Amino acid sequence: MSTKKVDIIFDAGCAIIDVLDKGLAMSKDEVINEIINSGLKGRGGAGFPTGLKWKFAASEQSDKKYIICNADEGEPGTFKDREILTKVPEKVFVGMALCSYAVGAEEGYIYLRGEYNYLLKDLQPKIDIFNNQMQQRGHKFIIKVKSGSGAYVCGEETSLMESMEGKRGEPRNKPPFPTVAGYNGKPTVINNVETLVYTTMIIRMGSNDFKALGTADSSGSKVFSVSGDTPNAGIFELELGMKLNEFVEEWGDGDTKAVQVGGASGHCVPRKNFDKTIIGFEGIPTGGSMMIFNSSRSMYNVLKNYLEFFVEESCGQCTPCRVGCQQLLKGIEAIKKGEKSPAYLEDLKKLAESMKIAAKCGLGQSVANPFISIADNFKEEIIY
Amino acid sequence: MVNLKINNIPVAVEEGTTILDAARKLNFRIPTLCYHPDLSIAGNCRVCVVEVKGARLLAAACATPVADGMEVMTNSEKVRSARKHVVELLLSEHNADCTKCIKNGKCELQELASEYRIGDHVFLDLVKEECKIADISSPAIAKDDSKCIRCQRCVRTCSELQNVNALAVIAKGDHQHIGTFLDKPMHEVVCTNCGQCINRCPTAALSERTYIDQVWDAINDPEKHVVVQTAPAVRIALGEELGFDPGVRVTGKMVAALRNLGFNSVLDTDFTADLTIMEEGTELLTRLKLALVDKKEDVALPMFTSCSPGWIKYIEHMYPTLLNNLSTCKSPQQMFGSLAKTYYPQKKGIDPKNIYSVSIMPCTAKKFECERPEMRDSGYQDVDVVLTTRELAMMIKQAGIDFMKLEDQKCDSLMGDSTGAAVIFGATGGVMEAAIRTAYEIVTGREIPFENLNITPVRGMEGVKEASLKIEGCVPDWSFLEGAELKVAIAHGLANAKILMDAVRDGKAAYHFIEVMACPGGCLGGGGQPIPTSLEIRQKRTEAIYAEDEGMPVRKSHENPEITQIYEEFLGKPLGHKSHELLHTHYKKRERY
Amino acid sequence: MSNTEILIKELVEKHGKCRNSLMPVLQGIVAKERFLSEEAMKKVAEFMDISAADVYGTASFYTFLDTVPRGRNVIRVCQTISCDMAGKDEIINAIEAALKIKVGETTHDGNFSLLKANCMGWCHEGPVMLINDDVYTKLTPQTALEALEKYVVSTNN
Repeated sequence: MSTKKVDIIFDAGCAIIDVLDKGLAMSKDEVINEIINSGLKGRGGAGFPTGLKWKFAASEQSDKKYIICNADEGEPGTFKDREILTKVPEKVFVGMALCSYAVGAEEGYIYLRGEYNYLLKDLQPKIDIFNNQMQQRGHKFIIKVKSGSGAYVCGEETSLMESMEGKRGEPRNKPPFPTVAGYNGKPTVINNVETLVYTTMIIRMGSNDFKALGTADSSGSKVFSVSGDTPNAGIFELELGMKLNEFVEEWGDGDTKAVQVGGASGHCVPRKNFDKTIIGFEGIPTGGSMMIFNSSRSMYNVLKNYLEFFVEESCGQCTPCRVGCQQLLKGIEAIKKGEKSPAYLEDLKKLAESMKIAAKCGLGQSVANPFISIADNFKEEIIY
Repeated sequence: MVNLKINNIPVAVEEGTTILDAARKLNFRIPTLCYHPDLSIAGNCRVCVVEVKGARLLAAACATPVADGMEVMTNSEKVRSARKHVVELLLSEHNADCTKCIKNGKCELQELASEYRIGDHVFLDLVKEECKIADISSPAIAKDDSKCIRCQRCVRTCSELQNVNALAVIAKGDHQHIGTFLDKPMHEVVCTNCGQCINRCPTAALSERTYIDQVWDAINDPEKHVVVQTAPAVRIALGEELGFDPGVRVTGKMVAALRNLGFNSVLDTDFTADLTIMEEGTELLTRLKLALVDKKEDVALPMFTSCSPGWIKYIEHMYPTLLNNLSTCKSPQQMFGSLAKTYYPQKKGIDPKNIYSVSIMPCTAKKFECERPEMRDSGYQDVDVVLTTRELAMMIKQAGIDFMKLEDQKCDSLMGDSTGAAVIFGATGGVMEAAIRTAYEIVTGREIPFENLNITPVRGMEGVKEASLKIEGCVPDWSFLEGAELKVAIAHGLANAKILMDAVRDGKAAYHFIEVMACPGGCLGGGGQPIPTSLEIRQKRTEAIYAEDEGMPVRKSHENPEITQIYEEFLGKPLGHKSHELLHTHYKKRERY
Repeated sequence: MSNTEILIKELVEKHGKCRNSLMPVLQGIVAKERFLSEEAMKKVAEFMDISAADVYGTASFYTFLDTVPRGRNVIRVCQTISCDMAGKDEIINAIEAALKIKVGETTHDGNFSLLKANCMGWCHEGPVMLINDDVYTKLTPQTALEALEKYVVSTNN
């Protein structure tokens, strides 16, 4: 067994603008149904069915609707969106345009994280060309860029919209969901960069061909960002549904002791579970970050680094996340220093469980993933 | 209607109802901290989380609308555990020096901590040392970040109700806090000292600066003759701090308590409220004459009331080009202050330097007002110290007075007489009503043609109210007003004031007279009033105010016998030389940003 | 009018006065002045009719919208896990030694500020840093210092 490489996202073998024309020639419902039928789920990490999102937005009555491309890629270990926007941005634009056509929106935004400002130099001229092409086709849709300014939480869709509205990037209460009331309170589809590329490619290749890849729960492929202790770091597009041991065999350095799947907010899988872990929605869903640790690494340091990240990047509005992250970080430090007993780790795990269900947004909810998976599997490294 | 079950009990509620409200309907209390009935929903403290069957996450009851078929558990194991964690986390970043705290016994966090039996602190103490030094730069409001639980009720109050936006959420992550522009001290920013944030702070992160000890010192100083004035809105709310329900009038008990506390003379701000009507009413009529008869073009109309010091500071910051429209009348408190150190000692034969003037107010902005450099026309600081309704209650408790059992007493004479017109100063629209009762009678020689003198169009809780009054049958002196239609408007809460001020600034408001009170509901909802506050409570206080008015033998300011007396013996006439010297003031432009 | 005021006026004219334009306006100021001064925030508040506290509260949410003075060039070294594992500490040590400042500080000549930042999306090519909007990957202490050289030259112009 080995992982199955795929070449869809970066495939250069087609004129992308033809895909746009193909999509625009279909009916709106056909476009949406193709995406629904493909089984495509959001590639940003949360995994909501993309076609349904489009359908919900399409069914809303509103004078204005928006399409947002979430390019606030901030999850530690993830760098695929930057690569996509560098190499195949037109596929993103077409995805946005197809979505706009399907749901009836005339404005699209790419929310680009501030850390990627240097991409704009090449991106903006390409957007201008695309906007022109749209105009030539008589389809009213224009793409604009909004930049972030260094805030991980803005990758959360509602805080991204708050940020676009010129406010602090604090996540909103849901419901209402963005498809009902999103940017400027209007129905909004917000999709990850990679998701939008896949919608383009599904319209090109047909949903059945896409669905033929991957598994029943995790159809299609996914771009993985591989980093850490590996001789072969970089971006790889693989079929979903692989086992983690298949992945480690190919990318590990022979001494892999753990893989953090899904970035800082993802799960840490220890060696003993590699063969039991499926990468996909039936196992561990992921935004694509695969961070490999070999036996020279201290998992305490890894967890501490993650928690430092969350302590800084929590928006701070909700109690479980703002205070919880600090307690988890200070807590493991105190255990390490012997100021708290090893048993305190159990208290912290219970706290993490509460954060998982009581925090306001995905950020606070997911801190429990690395915490509990590392605390469970590498308890000795934390306590001693 | 939406049908759902809460703790297995079916309930039908209207669509859009939150789980929190639906649960209340079934008498299930779900604890809240960031929720406040006067404010928008934040959903950020997470203490109100509940379990919804089938959902992976707990839902914030305050922020989640009900759905058909929903099954909610408000007290499941999961809920209890998460809720307890939330309270523990809040306590870990809270400076829990409860015994020393002004909110001890009245703190919403303390209450939850005791409910959830949070004894030993499970988690590490996160209170930052540098936060433990409270900002007491403002004479009115103390800001103690070590007590703050980041519920953001204050920020929403400052923005949604008051449109002042002096407070904001600053930074993120572990540095997130509630602060001002560049974290400057409170006295350097656009804060109006209205104290509405205090009324809605669940802990003591925001509280009034207390001056109780200074008052005790003065009372205990044999040299000092301590006079005390009480604002109309105090008597209808003080009871709430001392065991009565909202809306109970305790005027007589309050007077008795003040005497028990040892004040040398218990007087009434109502007296100078009546005086304000004489001065301000005359000022309005004078401005109208200048505009209508003398055809002067630069007459500043509409004229704005000037009783509310929060409003004054707001307009000084936000609409400095409209300062000329403000009545030059000092607030009743400050009129009282300057008279208490001139007229009063003269009549009583006391050396004014020995007068110590204390004022009991529903207001925190008054603490700032009494320290304004403009407020020293008596040659001394006119009012020495301002206490809030809450502080007075605290003094009464400290003195061991059994408030409920006190026999009613009456204010001392000389500056102690009051009318119904003065009492209604405490409610939004009250100054307007009192002014109209008097001005109409001056101009026409007849009583205002409203049943029982109750000018209902200017009453009520609507944010901006408008009314007009046709003036007919004028006495000869005021014949130029014959047939005129007097147009008035009233706003309470500074966000509503903004609506009126924008209209005036843009020339879209054809009013003659505008009453503005900084606080929602008027003074009865002031920043120094008992906590909690809500529309319901403010309505009860309003009813009490109007009941007090109706019960007064005299209900028009110009009929207050002590008012007649002071003009005869001391002031001469409204807007006369002495009035100008003692009762009127000027304003200053302040920075907006 | 000060240069800052002129800049803000232009930015507000370009992006519009509505609240949605706040981020681009603030970003435009930082692009030119490297941080948001008290004057700048007050002017933004005035031109956009937002309270100054609100402008500050919004700016302070975003790592790149500094509200404390920064040098003409801002170095941000990634501190997150992959760059940490790849040796970000050596990079920081080298820069600290070369510039004689600690993280969070600005050089005496005002040319450089050294800061840490969270994941910049180059985890496969760490350690990585940003200098202003330019990215430098696969750093060694030597290549890091070489990168700085370019910005020393630019200030002599």
